[in-house]
Amino acid sequence: MVDTTKSVDKIKNEDSELSKSESSLYGKKISINVRIKEKIIEYFFAANGIVALVFIILIFVFLFREGIQALNNVGILDFIYFDQIQIDKSVQRLYEWYPTSSEERYSLLPLIVGTLLTAIPATLISTFFGVAAGVYLSEISNPKAREFLKPMIELFASIPTVVLGFLMLVVGASVFDDLFHPSNRLNAFIAALGLSFVIIPIIASMTEDALRSIPNDLRMASYGLGATKWQTISRVIIPAGFSGVSASIILGFGRAIGETMIVLMAAGNASNITTDLFLSVRTMTATIAAEMGEVSQGSDHYYALFFIGIILFTITFFLNLIAEIIINKMRKKNIF
Amino acid sequence: MDISKKHKDLTGQFFIGFTKFIFFLLGFVLLLVLGKIIYEGIGIISLEFILDEPKNNMTEGGIGPAIFGTLAVTTIMVLLSVPVGVSAAIYLSQYAKDTFFTRIIRTAVNNLAGVPSIVFGLFGLGFFILFIGRNLDEVLETGLLWGQPCLLWAAATLSVLVLPIVIVSTLEALIAVPKSHIDASFGLGATKWQTIKKVVIPQAKPGILTGTILAISRGVGETAPILFLGAAFFLPNLPIVDLCIGDYCIPMINPSEQFMYLAYHIFILATQSSNPTLTMPIQYGSTLVLIAITFLLNITAIILRYKYRKQLGKI
Repeated sequence: MVDTTKSVDKIKNEDSELSKSESSLYGKKISINVRIKEKIIEYFFAANGIVALVFIILIFVFLFREGIQALNNVGILDFIYFDQIQIDKSVQRLYEWYPTSSEERYSLLPLIVGTLLTAIPATLISTFFGVAAGVYLSEISNPKAREFLKPMIELFASIPTVVLGFLMLVVGASVFDDLFHPSNRLNAFIAALGLSFVIIPIIASMTEDALRSIPNDLRMASYGLGATKWQTISRVIIPAGFSGVSASIILGFGRAIGETMIVLMAAGNASNITTDLFLSVRTMTATIAAEMGEVSQGSDHYYALFFIGIILFTITFFLNLIAEIIINKMRKKNIF
Repeated sequence: MDISKKHKDLTGQFFIGFTKFIFFLLGFVLLLVLGKIIYEGIGIISLEFILDEPKNNMTEGGIGPAIFGTLAVTTIMVLLSVPVGVSAAIYLSQYAKDTFFTRIIRTAVNNLAGVPSIVFGLFGLGFFILFIGRNLDEVLETGLLWGQPCLLWAAATLSVLVLPIVIVSTLEALIAVPKSHIDASFGLGATKWQTIKKVVIPQAKPGILTGTILAISRGVGETAPILFLGAAFFLPNLPIVDLCIGDYCIPMINPSEQFMYLAYHIFILATQSSNPTLTMPIQYGSTLVLIAITFLLNITAIILRYKYRKQLGKI
């Protein structure tokens, strides 16, 4: 009993103090102490937001700090070709990535060709399967099945890439070898198939999101005009959701360029300048992964690998940015 | 007229059937892949396999140290990334106004999720090992202790890698908290922090948990960034050190040592093993364990999110 009266007195005191310090927050008077505490908490969270941002900037800074050195040490032309002087003093122009030979060759062309030769087929395959799966999920499957199937796709996406690389290396390549007898057992196409396992779920689930967010009025209007289901899908829904679908394809392409383990294990790792899908290739990511462990820090080779990192970072960053801009535009139009 | 309409319908039916076929083809391929791993791997899985260390040049024995290393790295990764990520998400959703600055943070976080993981590896090498580690060694005069690949820097790199995942999924959960609840809390005279602590965070808890689980699963499966950040081919000893205070000694993860990692172990066995055919059962066994871990984590995350959405729907 005594205690409660005391606390009531305390509250009264605090109240009078409150009215003295006429500080208001959300229309209520609050003591200075509480305000300071609130501010400290806000700054704590803000600091964490800044930490997140700082790391993003740091990635940029450290990548460029090390990679830009390559332009001093190796030179921009050396990243394109290497002029080898023959015994008869004629010059042979070589487009080779061969940083450990006595005459170091740093041409990035075979690596870029290798990257594109795996990423482009992978994106094409994934677009076909991914969009079809997205359309099926959003427009054709019944809603109860979708509740179950959508998480399945997420599960599909969660398979570690090293597992896919392993399967491609051990099973995929052998089956493909027996069936088609490619020029190299491990080749760009095998890697592209492995990559599509990663990209199909991305495209499928983003396509589903984009198509599902299209207002139902559009579907109803189309049916009202006498269109069949497929006509509605192909002439109304897909055109309306086109930006979302294209954003997902761009993201998928970015992922294909940046994926490492699958191409490292299944693409064969021989730097070829070729358009033959069934030859071994070496991608930019696989080159970093394979060579960074053994390179001596501060050597030309070391900086060259960071330079490849810059190229990868820049390409994927801009692809993501484009996809994000497209999605934001859709949101503004209230379709997504 | 009638014929052409019928024809159109037929093509429509065909395409709809085709789409269905493609979808179930994908499902079939997925089942085939999983079936193969389970079929080949299940025979070798045993308690011994999970606990034992590799023996006889990796052709026998288990994957105990690799599992331990994976656990150690992901534990440190979660400790480093989740507090920062969740706090950053709270700031972005509850405090920050929609300014140019916050929009830059959001864009950067979104884009960070798409940066290739191998680039994070380069960053870890350049920043954590060569910059922080080397300078730490100079200041502490520890010789070459921190300025080389080790468990701590691998975990730190992975935590930067999963930071966007944690932020984005927490952010989603926080934004989904109904505005009316927050206003009601303010209306009762609660301060902002009280509202966040008592109203926002409890409701967003499943979402935060989902983000954490997804981060762990990503960390467990990621291989490329740790290739040159301290993952080792084979280590006879676990990265453990006894932390002694007086007479009491507690075994602790030693963050300055190299480590074995499950995902890296699969890569090494598949590509650099001295006898790939002999180690094939071990390769499938390790793969099955890794798949089981990531699936378990992801299924948990999916169920959590599903329950959470249902709960929100009821409100």
